Amino acid sequence: MSEPTLFDLSQPGKRCTRMPRPERAAEELVPTRHLRAEAPALPEVSEPEIARHYARLAAWNFNVDRNFYPLGSCTMKYNPRAHEAIAADPGWARLHPATPDECVQGALELIAELETWLAAILGMDAVSLQPPAGAAGEFTSLRVFRAWHDARGDAARTRVIVPDTAHGTNPASVARCGWEVTVLPSGEDGRVSPEALADALGDDVAALMLTNPNTLGLFETRVLEIAEMVHDAGALMYCDGANLNALLGHARPGDMGFDAVQVNLHKTFSTPHGGGGPGAGPIGVVAKLEPFLPAPRLVEREGALGWDWDRPQSIGKVQAWFGNFLIAVRAWAYIRAMGAEGLRRVTEDAVLAANYVRGALRDTLDLPYPGACMHECVLSAKTLAGETGVRAADIAKRLLDYDIHPPTMYFPLVVDEALMIEPTETESKATLDRFIAVMREIARDAAEHPELLHDAPHSTPVRRVDEVTAARKPVLRWREG
Amino acid sequence: MQVPDDRKYAQTHEWAKVDGDLIRVGITDFAGEQLGDIIFLDLPEVGAEVRQGAAFGEIESVKAVSDLIAPISGEVREVNEPLMDDLDGVTSDPWEAGWMIAVAPEDPSQMAALMDAAAYAEHCEREA
Repeated sequence: MSEPTLFDLSQPGKRCTRMPRPERAAEELVPTRHLRAEAPALPEVSEPEIARHYARLAAWNFNVDRNFYPLGSCTMKYNPRAHEAIAADPGWARLHPATPDECVQGALELIAELETWLAAILGMDAVSLQPPAGAAGEFTSLRVFRAWHDARGDAARTRVIVPDTAHGTNPASVARCGWEVTVLPSGEDGRVSPEALADALGDDVAALMLTNPNTLGLFETRVLEIAEMVHDAGALMYCDGANLNALLGHARPGDMGFDAVQVNLHKTFSTPHGGGGPGAGPIGVVAKLEPFLPAPRLVEREGALGWDWDRPQSIGKVQAWFGNFLIAVRAWAYIRAMGAEGLRRVTEDAVLAANYVRGALRDTLDLPYPGACMHECVLSAKTLAGETGVRAADIAKRLLDYDIHPPTMYFPLVVDEALMIEPTETESKATLDRFIAVMREIARDAAEHPELLHDAPHSTPVRRVDEVTAARKPVLRWREG
Repeated sequence: MQVPDDRKYAQTHEWAKVDGDLIRVGITDFAGEQLGDIIFLDLPEVGAEVRQGAAFGEIESVKAVSDLIAPISGEVREVNEPLMDDLDGVTSDPWEAGWMIAVAPEDPSQMAALMDAAAYAEHCEREA
């Protein structure tokens, strides 16, 4: 199967709708220097051709609405339709961001409420909805940290400690912020060891970035001790909040000694994600960092909400307008629909589902870090690979033949042949049981018919792709012929 | 596993081999095995200073991006340019054609801090 691009389908003169000619010539309406010399080479196709092209592509798309999607660290939970309907209400969707504050008090109230609720969930004093994604939240927080250190006249801090299990975005955010990364090796139990941390700390350390639970799905049980050490060294504690689905209503980063945390609304708060967004990565901070948050801040003055731009210590804006507002609307709707008790159960069911899968598959694959996990579990195909030559990537590809999205593979880096499974709370026991049965069947096939796995997937529109050539010689744009 | 005994080894799986006045540097067979197919290699320019224990370049496989750590301090005198266009060479011939840089050592006695072949083979056993 293959689908031509719209450029391949193009035939001169074809079009969908014929737009009326403007009453005045283009030269009268647009400054000459902005006019094109010749028309752009856009594809020329009819409306049915376009509609069918996209309908075919949509039918091929592998997505959370059609398939089980246990992609570890991504929290691919189901996105309730009601929240989409609410976000699509023209009262939100058609709102222009430049509308005067007094005409949009309802929208501002929604932002204020979401900030308050997120602060309560995180145990933080102030929240900014501006960062448009998780990594942007990390970067914004580090810039806030930097501004705080600078304001104290302590500008010589240049290092940020990042455990070797961290998401790749952590070191990237540090580098983007102009700091250096010190990698902290995990202890035998897969957690940060205060002893190793003591060696890495120093008066040039600006912060520790810690994911809790970490990417092995393990709760950092010594986090309070760790926070005390970091603070004693004059540094700040950053929580990568990507795994917040494991904490809702049960534990709060603020109570663990963290100074800032980002929330991936598109993960934990069930707004759609994948395909590059839009997401939202609000951050929560402790009171002493509030003056440095991105401007403007939402404030209440004489009974009305409005934007305060007079923020002399702010790091400035990190996103156009006020963040991805319609994502905030969905998250607001999710929190309203779930309530406090519902959010607590989200976490309980997510942790239960991950442990159910972990327990059921511990005899099929290796379990590098034994014991209960939080919202996701990391298994390893190391023994299977040694015995059969079938590797984590082959298992991942074969799952596609069963209409199951592969788990995250080869991450975290500290686990060989890693398969990181995050079922989320929205999957039924029947779905989990089928996944477990499929994984066992794949492991049997690995021993008996390894070629079946090496050549997988067999039933997808695009078969096994040559990832090496794709990476070495990427074709990034369509060319004629 | 074959580990040549004509050179020394770092914990981070780089090798360092005396070649006249220079120290030639590459990554080991074991490192290549762990990385899988290499898709990108970033090496320093001739004339760059490298520091023992600090990154001198980057290597990216389909699995991950890793730092290349200098086993010795000094000035880069040669860079294996053809390797950049033949990334399979990193893993197909790690000990000879797969060398990455040649360094004029600032202090040749730094070689003493590295492992010999036997110690390195044991180090790999523990990591495997």
